Amino acid sequence: MRKLKEFIVEKLILICGLASIFFVALIFLFLLKEGLAVFKTVSLFKFLFGKSWYPISEPAQLGILPLILGSLLITVGAAIISIPIGVGCAIYIAEIAPLKIKETLKAGIELLAAIPSVVLGFIGMVTLVPLVKNLFNLPTGLTALSGSIMLAFMAMPTIVSIAEDALYSVPKTYKEGAFALGATHWQTIWRVMLPAASSGILAAVMLGIGRVIGETMAVMMITGNAAVIPHTILAPVRTLTATIAAEMGEAVVGSEHYFALFAIGIVLFVISFAINVTADSFLHKRQQ
Amino acid sequence: MFKRWLFVLMAVACATSAFAAKDKNLIQVKGSDTMVNLGQAWAEEFMKKNPTDFIAVTGGGSGTGLSSLISGTCDIVMASRNIKEKEISLANQRGINPNEIKVALDGLAVVVNPNNPVSKLTTDQLAGIFTGKIVNWKELGGKDEKIVILSREVNSGTHVYFKEHVLRKNDPNSKEEFAPRALLLSSSQAIADEVAGNSAAIGYYGMGYISAKQKPIAVAKDEKSEYVASTIENVINAKYPISRPLFLYTNGTPEGLVKKFVDFTLSKEGQDIVLATDFVPVKR
Repeated sequence: MRKLKEFIVEKLILICGLASIFFVALIFLFLLKEGLAVFKTVSLFKFLFGKSWYPISEPAQLGILPLILGSLLITVGAAIISIPIGVGCAIYIAEIAPLKIKETLKAGIELLAAIPSVVLGFIGMVTLVPLVKNLFNLPTGLTALSGSIMLAFMAMPTIVSIAEDALYSVPKTYKEGAFALGATHWQTIWRVMLPAASSGILAAVMLGIGRVIGETMAVMMITGNAAVIPHTILAPVRTLTATIAAEMGEAVVGSEHYFALFAIGIVLFVISFAINVTADSFLHKRQQ
Repeated sequence: MFKRWLFVLMAVACATSAFAAKDKNLIQVKGSDTMVNLGQAWAEEFMKKNPTDFIAVTGGGSGTGLSSLISGTCDIVMASRNIKEKEISLANQRGINPNEIKVALDGLAVVVNPNNPVSKLTTDQLAGIFTGKIVNWKELGGKDEKIVILSREVNSGTHVYFKEHVLRKNDPNSKEEFAPRALLLSSSQAIADEVAGNSAAIGYYGMGYISAKQKPIAVAKDEKSEYVASTIENVINAKYPISRPLFLYTNGTPEGLVKKFVDFTLSKEGQDIVLATDFVPVKR
């Protein structure tokens, strides 16, 4: 009887475990089925490297290069802002902060993670956008920079909490050894703790970036959505995600435009899959 | 991905309520965001007079509305543009016969910031601005500032109408497009806000959105014609060059409750509501 119970529970958990993979596979198959149809009318090269996105014209021009570059520019910008601040914050929380401050900071970061992106987008639209416009004397504040700054806020909680975990899991003996050799606190952090936790911190950065590239609502509200190849971070951009969100309602099911949006979905899926796999490999490296 | 599922979910919800319609007297009206306020005002007044009937009005864009008519998930579509050939053939494939009813007119206002000295333009100049050929306000007698073009997203009937009638000047063979650097904003309100705060911006939307924070531009067909302000009188007497018809689409000739509602919108009372919501009546 006990064995039977064990058996049933084990199998149930196995099904739960397999379910997530099963769903991912189904989603991916659905994406492929709908997205690949677009290549009947546009070649893969023209789709990925075409410079014009006019999906509802006759004939439609379906080049997503401006969208890919828009997404990448915002992501790089957000990474440049959020990585130093996020990692610095993690070091402070894990190594330096007294217990009380540590608790407050952690609560604050969790709160930051809990703000819905549409709220961040709205706040960005009324505060950050005019600020960027006036600061750089631009024709409009709806730029990639505004998007990057807002998304940096969104990536920070992920980066801080995972990087902090990585720093915690460095064995105590490393630190004690460094102190015993007469190293100062900062020398210990910089030369011992950070290298030891580096793979975990890299994973944190990767996951933060993954969050940025998939973000939709905030970027749609504050980046201007102009499908033009950006030459500077102070220009408006249109991202892959915002394009899908803005146009899916209009696309007639089964039309070229509809398939093209699913193909964009595949591109996004591939990008975030690559990022997650890289992050994962860093995490595993640490455990070995 | 999520959006698509949401869409499916909504479609299912609509479909189930469409079934319920037979015994509950419910119809779904869906489509153009430009017309949502008008549709809602009609529905409220109609339901006041017919307490047993229920009209549900939702927005989403003309294209969204028409695709739900094609998939059979709504009864009446509000559309701020004509149905496309492609959509008709898709509808026919599914046994649906779109039937067009013109219910109102809408003047499209072109707006700039009140601090902008430019206050009148020809349609050629408008086409030049929005296609990106004219890049600086000084070319039009304004300040030395780069023009910031604001447009609606492609799911908007207003976007399509403006492209076909201003950028392409009603020429079906024209290949003109909005300049790639045009900012695509997701609502008329977003355009109104950006124009209010940006002295170099120019945008367009239905006349109902004009407030004191934006300055509507007087438009002339060409240099020799007179410049006409975007007022209701000028749309009615067809002087204002950028006005468009607003439609309801039904599946086949309207019957039952759908007919009752369509007739109401065209009645004296319905057309008064059109005027009250800042649109222009088709019947006087």
